[in-house]
Formats: sequence, C-alpha cells, structure tokens
Amino acid sequence: MSPLLEPFRYGFMVDAMIVGTAVGAVCAVLSCYLVLKGWSLMGDAVSHAVLPGIVIAYAVGLPLALGAFLSGLFCAVATGYIKANSRVKEDTVMGVVFTGLFAFGLVLFTKIKSDLHLDHILFGNILGLEPGDLRDTLMVAGVTLTLVLALRRDLLLYCFDPEQARAAGLNTAFLYYLLLSLLAVTIVVSLKAVGIILVIAMLVTPGCIAYLLTDRFGRMLWIATGAAVLSSLGGVYASFFLNASTGACIVLLQAGIFLVTLGFAPKHGLWARMRRAGRLSGGQRPGKEKPQFRRA
Amino acid sequence: MNDPAPITLEVDDVTVSYPNGNVALQAASFRLAGGAICALVGVNGSGKSTLFKAIMGFVRPARGAVRIGGRPVAEALKRNLVAYVPQAEEVDWSFPVSVWDVVMMGRYGYMNFLRIPRAADRRIVEESLARVGMLEFRERQIGELSGGQKKRVFLARALAQRSRVILLDEPFTGVDVKTEAAIIELLRALRAEGHLMLVSTHNLGSVPEFCDQVVLVNRTVLAAGATDTVFTESNLARAFGGVLRHFRFDESTVQKHDGRAVTLLTDDERPLVFGKDGHLEYRERAGRERVIEQRAEREDDH
Repeated sequence: MSPLLEPFRYGFMVDAMIVGTAVGAVCAVLSCYLVLKGWSLMGDAVSHAVLPGIVIAYAVGLPLALGAFLSGLFCAVATGYIKANSRVKEDTVMGVVFTGLFAFGLVLFTKIKSDLHLDHILFGNILGLEPGDLRDTLMVAGVTLTLVLALRRDLLLYCFDPEQARAAGLNTAFLYYLLLSLLAVTIVVSLKAVGIILVIAMLVTPGCIAYLLTDRFGRMLWIATGAAVLSSLGGVYASFFLNASTGACIVLLQAGIFLVTLGFAPKHGLWARMRRAGRLSGGQRPGKEKPQFRRA
Repeated sequence: MNDPAPITLEVDDVTVSYPNGNVALQAASFRLAGGAICALVGVNGSGKSTLFKAIMGFVRPARGAVRIGGRPVAEALKRNLVAYVPQAEEVDWSFPVSVWDVVMMGRYGYMNFLRIPRAADRRIVEESLARVGMLEFRERQIGELSGGQKKRVFLARALAQRSRVILLDEPFTGVDVKTEAAIIELLRALRAEGHLMLVSTHNLGSVPEFCDQVVLVNRTVLAAGATDTVFTESNLARAFGGVLRHFRFDESTVQKHDGRAVTLLTDDERPLVFGKDGHLEYRERAGRERVIEQRAEREDDH
C-alpha cells in the first residue's frame, strides 16, 4: 500500500475526516453571516464563554453541550444588557465579559475533580473521538445546517438591513436570538475538532475567503463551504504526517487559502487592485471608470 | 388599490426616551392622510429619526401611540403597510447582493417562511425596477452604482413592497439634480395613487416645491399641516433657532436698479425665498396664479 494512502487505513482517521467535513461545512455557512454582520468578535466571545458551562454541566451531570450552549448564550445576553445600560461600547463590554467567563471556567476546572482534559477542550481532540461522537456531531451539524439554509433569506435580510426586515413584518428579535443560538450550537459542535481557542478561525476565515472571491451571497455560501471542507480534509491528512495538532493544521490551511485569495482574488485581491490602480494612473482618466448614469 | 379608504398615519402624544434618560421626543402629535407628500423638517438631533423609529416600531414610546391605517404599528408592519427607504450612509454597499436581490427583499412580507419568490413576486420586482429605470442594472452588485442609482434601487424596493405608507430618510443627499427631479416626479405619481409619503429632509428649498404637508420638529412637533400655513418664517425660526443662514434682500445690496432680475445661486441647497409680508415665494408661477391674484388684490386694498 502506498504510504500516501496509509492514513485511510485507520478508523480514527476516517472518522476524523468525516467529523471535520461536517463541522467545516456548518462553520463555513455560518461564517458567511458572521463576516457580513460584523460578528467576528461575538464568535470569539461566545466560544471562550462556553468553558464554565462545560465544567458546571459536568459537575451536575448534564450534557456538556447543553452547559456550553447556555453559558455561551449568557455571554451574549449579558453583553447586550450591559451595553444598553451603561456608557461602555459593545466591543469593550464583550472583551470584559468573555475573558471573565473564560477565567471563571479555568478556576472552576481546577476546583472540580473530573476526567475532562483541559487540553482537549482548549485545542480539540478530533483524532480521539469516542463512540457516539460521530453520530452526535453529524446529527447536530445536520439540524443546524438545515435550519440555517431554510432560513437563509431571512437571516441575510436581517444582516443586510434589519430595519427593512422589520418593515416587512419579520420578527427581528427572534432572528437575533436564532443567529446567536446557531452560533452557540455550532461552537459546541466544533469544540471536538478544533477546541475553544481556534474555533473562531473556522467561524470567520471561510466566509472571509468567499467574500473576497464573489459579489453574490449564494456563491459565497458554496465557496466558503468548499474552502472549509478542503481545509478540514487536508488538515486531518497533513497532521498524520506532521504529527502536529490536527485543529492547528486545519486552521493553518484555512489561513493559507485566505492569504492566496487575498493576494490573487480576481476582483478584490491585492494584485487586481494594484493593476487597476496602475491602469488608472497610466494615462487613462479616472472618470472613465465611473459607472455610467442613464435615465430610462 | 383594494382598500379604497385613504391611508392614515396618526402620531398621538408620543414621548420617546432612551435608556440613558435622554428624552428624544416629547408629546409629539400629528395626523396625516394619503395621498400626500409630507416633509419632516428639523435640525440634526431634533428627533426626526426617533420619530421614524417610533413609526417603524423600533422604539417603543414611553407614552402615546402611533397608529397606521387605524392599526397599531406591529399589526400594520405585518400587513406590509409601511416601506422604508434608508439613508445612503446606513447601507453596507459592499454587501454581496445584486440590485435584483435587494428589490426582491421588498416582497418577503408576502412570501411564506422559506421566502421562495413566485412568478407574481418576480413580475412585481421587474415592474418596480422598470418604473425607476433600473431594470438594465438588475445583475449589478449594489456597490457598483452611482449615488442616484443606489437611491432608486431602494425606491424600487419600496414600490415592490406595495406599501401605502413610505418613509424616506434624506432621499436627496448625494443625488444629482436629474435624479432628484426624477424622484420628485415619482413621489408625485405615488401621491396621485393614494400613497402617503413622509420625507425627512434638511433641504428646505425643495419642500414647497413638492410637499403638500409639513411636520416641523424640534424635540416635539412644533407645527404640522399644509405647507402654505405651516412653512412660515416664524415657524422655521422656531424650528431652527439661529441655525439657518439668512439672506435678506432688504438688507442686502439688492436695490431698485436690479429690478426684479435677481439671480440666486447656492451650492447644494435650494434657496428658500419669502415675500415682503413673509409669505412663501415659489420658484414657478405656473399653477400658482390664484395665489398671485390674491396677493395682488391685497396689495390693491392697502
């Protein structure tokens, strides 16, 4: 057997690739909304804030995912409340709240005796999936993906123009909490793959890559998903040979794709911009580039 | 129109205060009925946008109520009675949506929860785009348009929504003269069809030209009613305090030797001109013959 095919001989590698693909796809779809809504920091905040929830859920015997979900949501709601009732700006409030919750989780972790591995929570453990993990991940990922895709137009309008969403009779408060809940669920699903620290990359980078490549939202969803799935598969595969953290390999691959896109995207890349700028200063009048105005 | 009764907008004793204790609007009341074009005039921070937000249900009044077509705001929004044309600065122009996508958003209120457009929705979007002369730009990303074209896309969205009340926030900012004329023409046509338009503007000179109603705000509604009666020098002085630039002919170098051939040039705002008794002067005499006759008679009486 060729050494290049060796990873596929191990069941844990194949499982890891399946989970990586599912997690990558869900994160990618959600990342398109986060990037457009400007919720990157929100994603980072919620992902850190899940730690105390996981520890407390373990202590009282609830599903870890439920604890993570509730504490992530608590972070977002607390941020909103403090912002509305104080003079402090939202990003500042968020920075205080999520780091506070994360630190609280770290202290709790050392005080509560458990067989949880902090390393696995922080950095993921996709090669050490337990029985049932595969099924759970696929199920939650499937439900989340279905929900986002079914409501994709409402969510898009909410991100683009909440006032119009309201004028069209949509329930914007519901959409806000829906997006927040989807974010929290996605983070919980992704913890196994990449962990708390790096999950934000999965939730931002694919959308960012796609945003540089297209001006249409439908295509953006596809490109983001493609980039994420490719990174997940490639990352898991590469980590086998590099003997490096799998989560880190996935994220590094995404960052690599982002850099190439940033440089060479046909319209919004740096290279294309430089060429356009060069063409403009080289003889042609800038007025020529203006979109023409016609009255019908 | 399937509903023949004229659409109404009632703002009744509305007080809005923000969590920081700032009272943005105090006991504001006015009533409008369609078809009408009503200017909402006031300085920055006078509560124009708060009033818009109250009409859209974005802020809940601490006191009083807004009723649209006799219904509370939430119910009116569900029935697609209100459309909103945002200020250009409020829109993310790099958002990956096309002209067609944006106008289709005006139809969401008529679709089921999956928002899958039917043939009727597509036809209405097409008609709306054609009406503002933007059909050929349907595939463009919204950032690739000129200022006037951008404005017309959002007007088309309001048309596609088929709402009887349309709120327009500073529709003439960043728009060239030709587009401004086209927008005014469109608003007049909509008025003839029975729509009620509330236009927030700081462009005072254009108000008498196309608005038949005026609401003057400064932390409350100072005056509301027909343009001829409300848009007076003393009311505007109350609304703007000393904020307006003045040009008084009797104090200026304009003298008898100029005859009546005075030329007024301004950069972005049209001049607003009052006659010697403080009555409004209009740019065009066409259609105002009766006003001129009355004023001439009054002159004779003296």
